[in-house]
Amino acid sequence: MKTFRIGGVHPAENKLSAAAPIKDAQLPKVAVFSMFQHIGAPAVPVVKRGDEVKVGTLLAEAGKGLSVPVYSSVSGKVSKVDAIVDASGTRRTAVFVDVEGDEWEESIDRSDKLVTMKDLPAMKAEEVVAKIKAAGIVGMGGATFPTGIKLMPPPGTKAEAVIVNAVECEPYLTADHRLMLEKPEQILVGIQLIKHAVNCPKAYIGIENNKPDAIKLLSDLLCEKAAQYPGIEVVPLKVKYPQGGEKQLIDAVIGRQVPAPPALPINVGAIVQNVGTVYAIYEAVTKNKPLIDRIITVTGKSVKQPSNFRARIGTPMQQLIDEAGGLPEDTGKIIGGGPMMGKALLNLEVPVTKGSSGLLIMTEKESRRVEPSPCIRCGKCVGACPMGLEPYLLSMLTRRKDWDTIEKNDVTSCIECGSCSFTCPSHRPLLDDIRVAKQTVMGIIKARHMESIKK
Amino acid sequence: MMTNPILIAVIVLGAIGLVSALILFVAAKRFAVHEDERIAKVQEVLPGANCGGCGFPGCAGFAAGCVKAADGGSIEGLLCPVGGQPVMEQVANILGMTAAATAPKVAVVRCNGTCENRPRIAEFDGVQSCRVQHMLGSGETACAYGCLGCGDCVDACQFDAIHINPQTGLPEVDEEKCTACGACVKACPRNIIEVRLKGPKNRRMVVLCNNKDKGAITRKACSVGCIACQKCVKVCKFEAITVENNLSYIDADKCKLCRKCEEECPQHTILAVNFPPRKPKAEKPAEPATEKPAVAKAEKPAVAKAEKPAEPATEKPAVAKVEKPAEPKAEKPAAKAAAAATATAPVVEPAKDQDKA
Amino acid sequence: MKPIISLSPHVHGGDSVQRNMYGVCIALLPALVASICFFGLGAAVVLLTSVAACVLFEWCITKYILRSSRLTICDGSAVLTGLLLGFNLPSNLPLWIIIIGAFVAIAIGKLTFGGLGSNPFNPALVGRVFLLISFPMQMTTWPKVGQMTYHVPNYDNLLADGTTGATPLSIMKEAIKTADPTAAMNKLAELPKAMDMLIGQTGGSLGEVSALLLLIGCIFMIWKKIITWHIPVSIIVTVYVLCGILNLCDPFHYANPIYVVLSGGLMLGACFMATDYVTSPMTHRGQIIYGVAIGVLTVLIRNFGSYPEGMSFAILIMNGFTPLINTYVKPKRFGEVKK
Repeated sequence: MKTFRIGGVHPAENKLSAAAPIKDAQLPKVAVFSMFQHIGAPAVPVVKRGDEVKVGTLLAEAGKGLSVPVYSSVSGKVSKVDAIVDASGTRRTAVFVDVEGDEWEESIDRSDKLVTMKDLPAMKAEEVVAKIKAAGIVGMGGATFPTGIKLMPPPGTKAEAVIVNAVECEPYLTADHRLMLEKPEQILVGIQLIKHAVNCPKAYIGIENNKPDAIKLLSDLLCEKAAQYPGIEVVPLKVKYPQGGEKQLIDAVIGRQVPAPPALPINVGAIVQNVGTVYAIYEAVTKNKPLIDRIITVTGKSVKQPSNFRARIGTPMQQLIDEAGGLPEDTGKIIGGGPMMGKALLNLEVPVTKGSSGLLIMTEKESRRVEPSPCIRCGKCVGACPMGLEPYLLSMLTRRKDWDTIEKNDVTSCIECGSCSFTCPSHRPLLDDIRVAKQTVMGIIKARHMESIKK
Repeated sequence: MMTNPILIAVIVLGAIGLVSALILFVAAKRFAVHEDERIAKVQEVLPGANCGGCGFPGCAGFAAGCVKAADGGSIEGLLCPVGGQPVMEQVANILGMTAAATAPKVAVVRCNGTCENRPRIAEFDGVQSCRVQHMLGSGETACAYGCLGCGDCVDACQFDAIHINPQTGLPEVDEEKCTACGACVKACPRNIIEVRLKGPKNRRMVVLCNNKDKGAITRKACSVGCIACQKCVKVCKFEAITVENNLSYIDADKCKLCRKCEEECPQHTILAVNFPPRKPKAEKPAEPATEKPAVAKAEKPAVAKAEKPAEPATEKPAVAKVEKPAEPKAEKPAAKAAAAATATAPVVEPAKDQDKA
Repeated sequence: MKPIISLSPHVHGGDSVQRNMYGVCIALLPALVASICFFGLGAAVVLLTSVAACVLFEWCITKYILRSSRLTICDGSAVLTGLLLGFNLPSNLPLWIIIIGAFVAIAIGKLTFGGLGSNPFNPALVGRVFLLISFPMQMTTWPKVGQMTYHVPNYDNLLADGTTGATPLSIMKEAIKTADPTAAMNKLAELPKAMDMLIGQTGGSLGEVSALLLLIGCIFMIWKKIITWHIPVSIIVTVYVLCGILNLCDPFHYANPIYVVLSGGLMLGACFMATDYVTSPMTHRGQIIYGVAIGVLTVLIRNFGSYPEGMSFAILIMNGFTPLINTYVKPKRFGEVKK
């Protein structure tokens, strides 16, 4: 069984909602569209107060540089353009829409019919990429990197393998799993589109072994219709966190390690796309539907009905929780995303964004951290780190504020997966320290860079 | 041939000694480092705290910087914030220059979000570090600009001059100990602390808020936050107050301490520090009452020290009238200029101001 | 409701210091039972005294001298130190010596450096080596296996007691010292059978008896992910290979490597002492370097030094090198390009 080579941990999987079919979430009363649902420059609103919008109407166009547009997922009237606190806890500009009815733009094909490559008119690779860009698609596994940019390999590089990230290594989350079970062929068509867009003959779907039904379904489909979907292979992977990390997945599937930044996955010939993104690409290209909804898992041990929703972007989290049986009494932590890398939310007013893969409710008891004790130098964090770093050392140096040594110890390679804190027997908050160190060192590097430019 | 082994030993050792001495002599001449003796002299008069408040790496660096600047013609703009004016005068004497007059400064915590004024809406669990909490958006309270209260500034202070008050959860500056080195300014991830002019008789007007949100949002988060209502701007006759990014700021150079803005401020954000109580009705928030009056000028330290710190200023000796007018530069912290909403790394260095001046 | 906020990760693997420390204690249980079977009540008394003294010293010092608010005796490290110290002592050692050893181990070996996690040397070994140097006679006088009662030592006449037995280690040492090859050969022939040594029918300290049971404990720890295989395997393999070479060169003086590996404190040292978290390197690469170095030092001391047993010295020496190994031996970074 394949997996990545360095480190890794195995958290309790707790896939409570694995058997819950995807439900359409109700339309919200007010939908909130953050202009900052992706990495890069924020989108620029093109609507103003009082404008009528339909489902699929452009709300904001892509900003300068790395950015994507934002579309309305509801129909109604723009009530205001104001600031909200988004999932990361920072204030962002957002467009608020009061929902009235559910009227869609006519250009969008709302039928459920499968469109295969044969049904599509012949398209150039650039056309596919342009459509993806225009649809505002970002990496939906949580990183929210604009997909259109990722599908344009920089000069001098060539895509040799498209890797579909269907690992879902975060505990609790089941959105990707359900999507594969319910829309397998659509995903395969989506993969073909990506292959076409980057002119790459080979694609792999990396699925962790804890989803045997998805592995079987997709493998059978590929066997049956081998002629229709050539060059796609399902790769079952050993269950290990953080296999869903881009670098780890590439290592696991094709056995190549992406060097330290600024090297990108494409430097080893790999393009990784989340399975949710693949589905969004399918919808954008074949149905002309911009990214206006996504699958999100609402789960937690205390949640009455852990479920998977297809929620419109902009729906407040509160509504999803209500549909899953309400917020439990003893809630201690509300987490946007999975338990390993998700963000603790201050409240449930935060809307669903393009990168929201899950909403996890933890009880008060689960939420409390155990009081840390001194480091016993067991080296388990070193063994667990998937990037081959020494978390204990970075944490210790952070307390000493020895930024130079920290930089020499490659803190910038840290992917913040949390394996170190997860595994520490002394319950030391290693990642908290490393984040501080990483931030500081990044600042120092940036300052140095600016200075060298000045000179 | 019979040779005396003792003689051989003496000769060999003597030869080795001679050769070594020669090598040492040549090396000492060849690699001698000529250091300006003025650097050592300047360093002698410096406080030796190596706090970095001047912007140089330690006191030795500052001394070298002073000598270099003196060779360039002027030591203006260089200031040891710890030693202040007296030390700079000594430095100037050594270098044969005249010291530019500088007014004493003090660190001011621009947040009054006590537990009462600013309700906690969440509970932070993790390393007790402001920088960690700052990564969680607004943190425990709804104010994304206010003090986080974990004491990064306390850790940064080398002079034991800043402490967290357990009642309010806010840091308080001990004005007597504060040297205005700016270490706390750098440590604060939210740029709350500002190094300001101490003011005549230590009296000054301060906007105790750092919140750059719109009024409505600020009001929700904190009962004493600046809502940018512009009332203070209108009432100020000296154009000392500006509102930028939804936050009022008092220019200490222009402020004439008339206290009109304090009266006018509906949120009680603007505070007069170290003033005698005006009338019984002029209520003051509890926090600044504990701020101690500090020594303003080194000439008369004994008088100032005799003051009881507990009662904020009935009448104070007229120390230090001179400092104020000579300060040439606009004393705006760099934080204001770069008032980005995401203040990730504290980049403000008070020394920069001096450099520009 | 006030939600709790913190940075990710929001879950923990459930590992704890206690789990690891008591896990090691459990891994020592089979050997403990065996040593009580072989040495009788004496073993139980030694172990009990050692553990009780260690815990008591830890408690007293942290509470009354360091005045720390944190109760550290619950983390199991003192119990483990006591157990390991006891395993390194002969079963008829006077109790007062054990208590001195426990004091040195806990007070000097551990708490002077700042407690668990800060000690540069393995506390149990510090205690043992202190005793070995201070009380060489008592520490190298082992009763014969099979005495079922606690033998009250006769202090005045310890050597003349007539109950002491030669250990495989002392036999090997004598063989090396014997110049005449035939005599040395005869000496080596006195060694017990390898099977006996594996199961534990030989004289020695409590923990030197049953290599098999110690190995079982070691495998248990590796299975429970308390330790990794790197240190024990590298030590045992190094000792085996080096002694194999010596044995091939001069079979008259040097014993079969199987005997060397099974004798003395090697198993205990390799599986339980050298793998101590605090004093062993953090990275797997470093652990292998550390293990190989311990193996080499052990072979050197056993064959060419004045002491018959070199394990504890080898481990202590390498404990001293651990910070150096940690500084210079880095794990392989992800995507690291070989230069």
